[in-house]
Amino acid sequence: MATTYTLLSNVTVGSGGAANITFSSIPQTYTDLLIKLSIRQDKPDGYSDIYMKINSSSSNFTIRVLNAVGSSSSSYSSSVGIVGNALGTTSSGGTSSFSNTEIYIPNYTSSNYKSYSSDSVVERNITAWNPIDMIAGLWSNTSAITSLLFESPGYNIEQYSIACLYGISNA
Amino acid sequence: MALTYEKIASTTLSSTQSTVTFSSISNSYTDLVLVMNPISNTTSGSYPYLRFNGDSGTNYSRTMMQGTGSAAQSDKSSNSSEGYFIYGNQVTTDAAFNAIVNIQNYSNTTTNKTFLSRTNVASDRTEALVGLWRSTSAITSITIYCGSNSFVSGSTFTLYGILKA
Repeated sequence: MATTYTLLSNVTVGSGGAANITFSSIPQTYTDLLIKLSIRQDKPDGYSDIYMKINSSSSNFTIRVLNAVGSSSSSYSSSVGIVGNALGTTSSGGTSSFSNTEIYIPNYTSSNYKSYSSDSVVERNITAWNPIDMIAGLWSNTSAITSLLFESPGYNIEQYSIACLYGISNA
Repeated sequence: MALTYEKIASTTLSSTQSTVTFSSISNSYTDLVLVMNPISNTTSGSYPYLRFNGDSGTNYSRTMMQGTGSAAQSDKSSNSSEGYFIYGNQVTTDAAFNAIVNIQNYSNTTTNKTFLSRTNVASDRTEALVGLWRSTSAITSITIYCGSNSFVSGSTFTLYGILKA
């Protein structure tokens, strides 16, 4: 029986943090990619966006976001590769709380444009401003995806943040 | 380690088709996951839907929330003869549409069937939807329709089974 769900890479950020988390040389032998992020960054309290770069590119992205923050909901569009939010470092949730994000990219090797789906949550034990994001994303590029980079611009990703890349095969 | 996530069937279209069907679905799994990245034959867009076991009775309903880029909305519909796993999202000509549909406890014969759907078109909206098929029959086939239009070459559809044992 074929394995359909394979861990390709697992990154845990070490002491001192990191500017980004990168998966490179992604095998082209799967059908879809699934990325799971457990991240916090060093912004003093609050949270900030997580950006995804594909093949080192931050261009040609289109997104639609449905955002709920605990007291209200809204929607916006953008041309940057936002995939969710990362919890800040001194939030009320303490130093052991991390935001969680799951990104699904179907047909990542195809010659069509690459669409993706992302769901992201932050919870930090306060009554408001804990964002939940649902995101529709499109990278309008026909190149196969060979690398993915995740960052929170202006901030460092903190120690113990984790990123897992899975390949899903329909072979 | 036991495998829990298995491909049941997959198709990548090599020609234009108005429907895609997964039939003779085994009852040996607990849940189903349907992943789609379809392409439409028309720039005017197509509202996709599914039917279980070929049922075209008015046995489907749905509740959704969506972000359109300018508004967050929720809505519902009931007694539909089409099992819409979208509300406003349409299949486009540029592969921008993707959908992941989770169908829980699909083979039991005592309860109606619920499905959860996440669909995305980045130029239009992002949606989450819960659907209900009011039937206690086990799901043995799923047919996906491209509204009143067709899916074209390059469209992909994969059905996975999730095992509990």
